[in-house]
Amino acid sequence: MDISLQQVGYLYGKDTPFEKRALQGVDATIRSGSYSAIIGHTGSGKSTLLMHLNGLLKPSEGIVKIGDTTITAGTKAKGLKEVRRHVGIVFQFPEHQLFEETVEKDIMFGPMNFGVPEEEARRRAHRLIELLGLPPEVAQQSPFDLSGGQMRRVAIAGVLAFKPSVLVLDEPTAGLDPRGRLEIMELFNRLHVEEKLTTILVTHSMEDAARYADNIIVMHNGSSVMSGTPQEVFADEKKLTSFRLGLPRSVKFQRDVEKLIGRPLQGLALTEAQLAKAIAFAAKEEGGR
Amino acid sequence: MKEILSMDNVSYSYDSEDEVAKKAVDGVSFTVQEDEWIAIVGHNGSGKSTLAKLMIGLLFPEEGNVNVFIEKLTEDNIWEIRSQMGFVFQNPDNQFVGSTVQDDVAFALENSGVPFEEMVTRVNDALAQVKMSDFLDQEPHHLSGGQKQRVAIAGALALHPKLLIMDEATSMLDPQGRNEVIHLVEELKRKTGLTVISITHDLEEALLADRIIVMNKGKVLTVGTPEQIFARGNELEEIGLDLPFALRVSSLLRENGMELVGEHMTEEELVNELWTSHFSK
Repeated sequence: MDISLQQVGYLYGKDTPFEKRALQGVDATIRSGSYSAIIGHTGSGKSTLLMHLNGLLKPSEGIVKIGDTTITAGTKAKGLKEVRRHVGIVFQFPEHQLFEETVEKDIMFGPMNFGVPEEEARRRAHRLIELLGLPPEVAQQSPFDLSGGQMRRVAIAGVLAFKPSVLVLDEPTAGLDPRGRLEIMELFNRLHVEEKLTTILVTHSMEDAARYADNIIVMHNGSSVMSGTPQEVFADEKKLTSFRLGLPRSVKFQRDVEKLIGRPLQGLALTEAQLAKAIAFAAKEEGGR
Repeated sequence: MKEILSMDNVSYSYDSEDEVAKKAVDGVSFTVQEDEWIAIVGHNGSGKSTLAKLMIGLLFPEEGNVNVFIEKLTEDNIWEIRSQMGFVFQNPDNQFVGSTVQDDVAFALENSGVPFEEMVTRVNDALAQVKMSDFLDQEPHHLSGGQKQRVAIAGALALHPKLLIMDEATSMLDPQGRNEVIHLVEELKRKTGLTVISITHDLEEALLADRIIVMNKGKVLTVGTPEQIFARGNELEEIGLDLPFALRVSSLLRENGMELVGEHMTEEELVNELWTSHFSK
């Protein structure tokens, strides 16, 4: 499902004394099956943009196209339910949204709301519990008896349960420890490939954007100011700095090494493995001179 | 050296329907000295947050003693002792009570009956220390995450605490906010000799501490300086912790057949080592 935004603007509290502009002239294209990252400084409009991706907010100006549905300021809320079935959003700290008596019921809530029969919803819940690496016995436990990392997985299962084709992730690893972070990011990567999802990751982590995304959209002061592959976006340090963003650590380290040896390393080191390879290659060349 | 806080064989388990309740904290002992910066690290569920609650008397141990300022923490002296401790918690939005920045910082002072004149001085001093003097009349929820945590730290500093305890105070911040807060604590530490206990899973932050306490499954796995701790690389990874960037890259460089002399904690050290061993000839 392709998503495109054309000259999207949004004002909070429009036509009131508290009116505040959050988005202006945002253009973005997210192709079906791609893994996109939206990066930007705190307050750059990332979260407001995210809420346009399944019609939680309607643009004050411009057009949002989600598959065949076009959303503008005048679109009736009634037509948006179908869109929401296709676009699942995992909000920040999604475990705060858990509410049911058991994990099973919590995961079943979403699909049943969209009219999926109870038995089918239960089947999906059990499959997702397995897919997300949770022990099967949690199905009958209260979600509030689980650890933080497990609660987050249950909440994510609740979104996956209505089988969205687009998955929007808002800082999905906030507050997790390093291992939990890596596990969740690898899980989304696996889902992206296996379930052929269109994945949109909103993140502060330049490292995650560099490692997982094939397309990056940079937000600044409510506008989309840059987009391209990670190679393109992270090659331009000056521009990123002007948007109050940094480089992924591996690229930053690459630049430090380059400064020292006075010549560029091969390629752009988007991961630590690529960085080590590029440095080892340069050292070998050096030795061969 | 003067002892500020000590845990003496402390255990705690949350009420559980299981027959054998699992201990969240299990026989933990350590001592924190005046002027120290201690980082307590461990994966989610390792018992570090329970430890924090025990330190500030939100929980009391089932076994063992928690001593703060060489006094055993009890329900009778907790308020007296707490008045000399400052806390900063994880979520900056959950700890604001005032409608402006200066009201918020003044809140705890009002509670402990500090006279108005002195309160004004203390609030202004504390906000100057965290470089938020320009925001006196702003509403706290209009600030960025890093600014909010700086105000929270000012609220703690205004009480002139002997001990500052931070429970994952940077984990919800963006990279810039995290740097702001870490550098602020570093500076406060240097200027005022405040004792800091920081519970964190940011190992880059832990690198700045004087000593690191590693928690695993409710127990103290090891205690040492950052150099000593990170020398045990693989062991840390096995219990779900991350190594600092420079160490991770070092091990990848070795896998790629490069020889490196010694271990390097920071990027700067590693770049220098690369230059010395490989590129300066």
